[in-house]
Amino acid sequence: MRRKRSSRIPAGAPTLSKKDFESDQDVRWCPGCGDYSILAQTQRIMPELGIPKENIVFISGIGCSSRFPYYMNTYGFHTIHGRAPTIASGVKMANPDLSVWVITGDGDALSIGGNHFIHLMRRNFDVNVLLFNNRIYGLTKGQYSPTSEQGKQTKSTPLGSVDTPFNPISLALASGATFVARSLDRDPNHLRAIIKSAFEHKGTSFIEIYQNCNVFNDGAFFQYTEKDTKADNTVILEHNEPLVFGAERDKGIRLNGFQPEVVKTANGEYSTEDLIVHDQYAEDTTLANFLARMSDTLDLPDPIGIFRSIRHPCYEDLMTSQIRTAKERMGEGNLEALLNDGETWTVS
Amino acid sequence: MRKPVEQIEEATILFAGDSGDGSQTIGTQMTETTALIGNDVATLPDYPAEIRAPAGSIAGVSGFQLHFSSEQIHTPGDLCDVLVAMNPAALKVHLNKLKPNGILIVNTDNFARRNLRLAGYEEDPLEDDKLTKYQVFRVELTQLTRKALEATQLSVPEIDRCKNFFALGMILWLYNRPMEYTMKWIKAKFAKRPQYIESNILALRAGNTYCEATEQFAVSYDVKPADFEPGTYRNIEGNMATVLGLVAASYQSGLPLVYGSYPITPASDILHGLAQYRNFGVVTMQMEDEIAAVGVAIGAAFSGALGVTGSSGPGLALKAEAINLAMIAELPLVVCNIQRAGPSTGMPTKTEQSDLLQMFYGRNGESPLPIIAPSRPFDCFETVYEACRIAVKYRTPVIFLSDLYIAMGAEPWKIPQLSELPEIRPDFAGSADTRNGFEPYLRDPETLARPWAKPGTAGLEHRIGGLEKSDVTGHVSYDAENHQRMVEIRAEKVARIADALPPTEVFGAPEGDILLLGWGGTYGAIRTTAENCVADGLPIAHVHLRHLNPFPKDLGDILQRFKKILIPEQNSGQLLQLIRSTYLIDAIGFNKVQGQPFHVFELASKIDEILEEIGRA
Repeated sequence: MRRKRSSRIPAGAPTLSKKDFESDQDVRWCPGCGDYSILAQTQRIMPELGIPKENIVFISGIGCSSRFPYYMNTYGFHTIHGRAPTIASGVKMANPDLSVWVITGDGDALSIGGNHFIHLMRRNFDVNVLLFNNRIYGLTKGQYSPTSEQGKQTKSTPLGSVDTPFNPISLALASGATFVARSLDRDPNHLRAIIKSAFEHKGTSFIEIYQNCNVFNDGAFFQYTEKDTKADNTVILEHNEPLVFGAERDKGIRLNGFQPEVVKTANGEYSTEDLIVHDQYAEDTTLANFLARMSDTLDLPDPIGIFRSIRHPCYEDLMTSQIRTAKERMGEGNLEALLNDGETWTVS
Repeated sequence: MRKPVEQIEEATILFAGDSGDGSQTIGTQMTETTALIGNDVATLPDYPAEIRAPAGSIAGVSGFQLHFSSEQIHTPGDLCDVLVAMNPAALKVHLNKLKPNGILIVNTDNFARRNLRLAGYEEDPLEDDKLTKYQVFRVELTQLTRKALEATQLSVPEIDRCKNFFALGMILWLYNRPMEYTMKWIKAKFAKRPQYIESNILALRAGNTYCEATEQFAVSYDVKPADFEPGTYRNIEGNMATVLGLVAASYQSGLPLVYGSYPITPASDILHGLAQYRNFGVVTMQMEDEIAAVGVAIGAAFSGALGVTGSSGPGLALKAEAINLAMIAELPLVVCNIQRAGPSTGMPTKTEQSDLLQMFYGRNGESPLPIIAPSRPFDCFETVYEACRIAVKYRTPVIFLSDLYIAMGAEPWKIPQLSELPEIRPDFAGSADTRNGFEPYLRDPETLARPWAKPGTAGLEHRIGGLEKSDVTGHVSYDAENHQRMVEIRAEKVARIADALPPTEVFGAPEGDILLLGWGGTYGAIRTTAENCVADGLPIAHVHLRHLNPFPKDLGDILQRFKKILIPEQNSGQLLQLIRSTYLIDAIGFNKVQGQPFHVFELASKIDEILEEIGRA
């Protein structure tokens, strides 16, 4: 995707490294936290994006993940609980040349900031949202979150939570998000690739990142991240490829009416021809919605990768174009004329 | 033969009818014409929150009061010389505002049994003896309008919608005002629906001719132009003046304006107004809620724009946490609060000044913010411009505390020259500021303002946020002494704004018995009262505060020069508390919390009471 030339590093400038993106602040997450990996992958991928670091802004809300901007040697703003999308929208609107990143968590984005999250998606500002989903409240020491499974026993729900969780991918799709993806803290290569794709997407890019909280919700995603279980519990989404998965790559997903189901392709009953073929560029969200809902069904693998990536106009571009058109039509604003506009009279 | 014309100094007219009757429209038109022919004028629109309450009901009455004069005036008038009541409900709601022997014009076509019942009248009030103290003009206004428009192709409901212009035609005749300005407005307003141009103009003329022809109206009145300072004038409402002030601040500073808002009465007109000025580069963002509205303004400020948000009390309650973020992040931000009657949803279309303490104290932690308030409709221009100037100079959110009364009221405004506008200098930090590495909380020694470093500037990459900052470096800090120091610095920064304020204007006696101390929309009533007292030779003065935080440095001295300090407010005594606690003086409150502005006679009788106590009277 082509970006504005002004925001790119000029030819011949020294190339940046991961180190250039590390701030002088000590990282203060619990040892073993999944956030370390996400930070490292982000710092590693930044030099590959080809934009000067002064044009990069990281904006966060409140929560463990939201300390992230302090550790990036870019512009950063650690704001208030749930509101990062609003502040990011203002930053991007006032200077569309900036590369704006929102760092948030499941509580920040989906509970207290739920309203801003959905409206950011529908407005399609060209910003990137990294949602660290650990299905728990970490910074407040272990209460259930809006992505915790029903029945979750925590300090605030000793008898189990009674709430039905949100499916962040479904929510983003329903809100009109133009780029929706999922990745994992424990798959650095995949994560870097997805972050890069999100950056290259013009419009709001949403990545749900499964992130392990080893203190309050250890192992919440191990079936998707650990070597022995990963292959049978996840299916990697690749554009134009059939949904094949399993350690032996002998299983696939087919649509049975309106229901995705797992079928074996080894015994000859089904072939890859019968499987769903992923199309991340489909304007229609039906397929993406099917894929998103697979996470809600225990006997289906969890899709990892890009669910949807389509091109829609961005809010800031539409607004900028309104301003340009108004200037062409009415002329550049003249304050003196404005103050003297309408019916006036003169007293001498 | 032309009927006699009587010269009078001033008049107050109240148009009242159903919400759909167009009282606001003809009130505004009468105001425009009156201003254009050179009178001083002040207005008070008074309408319900419901868009169209049931027709004919008390709840649906919408009124528009205007006061005009050949002298300088400051209020829309206490009582009215003329009441135009389009239906029984309007009569019932507003009759008590008509002066004895005042002119009452009623549309008798709307006084059928059903309308009387809706207004809660058992008997026809037009038959009541109580009306004998007024000059009652019974006009078949609906029928007359229909007759005048019978040649048009319009339907009866369409014709009936023109009857407000018949009423305006009558009032223009009664006060010898030309119809041309209204006609010009009608032509522009209905340019895309020309059939309504003809019909409304016909109705306007018909009302005018009716008064000339009928024997009921024997006399008309004339109010000579007022003396104004030389200059070019226009009529302006407070919210529109706020819009122009914000555009002016953006224009003069070179900072693009980003206005985040969520619709709320009575602030929405600022959003509507600013949305027209895309050619000035103005970005308006109607957000999903009040918090998002302030959020985008803060984001824009961080990016180096002039970030502004606007709302009313309930919205300010929601924005409080975000404003506090901008406070600790020390970013320029202008927050417009157009107050209305609270608490909670309160009375959205009625005026009040009850958010002052909310603006002072409605945030967690030690969170001092500059607060400035306009005093009259045109003053919104200068005051909001001043809010922008302070926000940019001191890198702080500033509360612009307006109120419904001045936001919706209108008066003539002497249009300023651009050269009169104070300079607003963004002074962004540049790469040269990085000799020791960039220090985002290294302050200007005079103003204590921190640098404003725009993303996109190489070498100034830095992180800010809502956690306590270490002095100078801006790193997160939990250090005990640093926290106290930062609390003190933030307070001192706001306090130092007073260093650069001009001396306070004292109207009336330099010292004496009573100082009337006010702020915001009570200016008109207080100043008129003070002028009357001064004309009577009483040792009384008036100070009207624009700067509520910090207070002007000379205020303490001024207060000492008067025996009594009287603070009239449309709340239960909020400035009163601040003055008492700041200056340790026994100030007296005079409080009206009715959603309606002060009347001059109310203030005058309070002054008489105090003068009696101190043995003057």
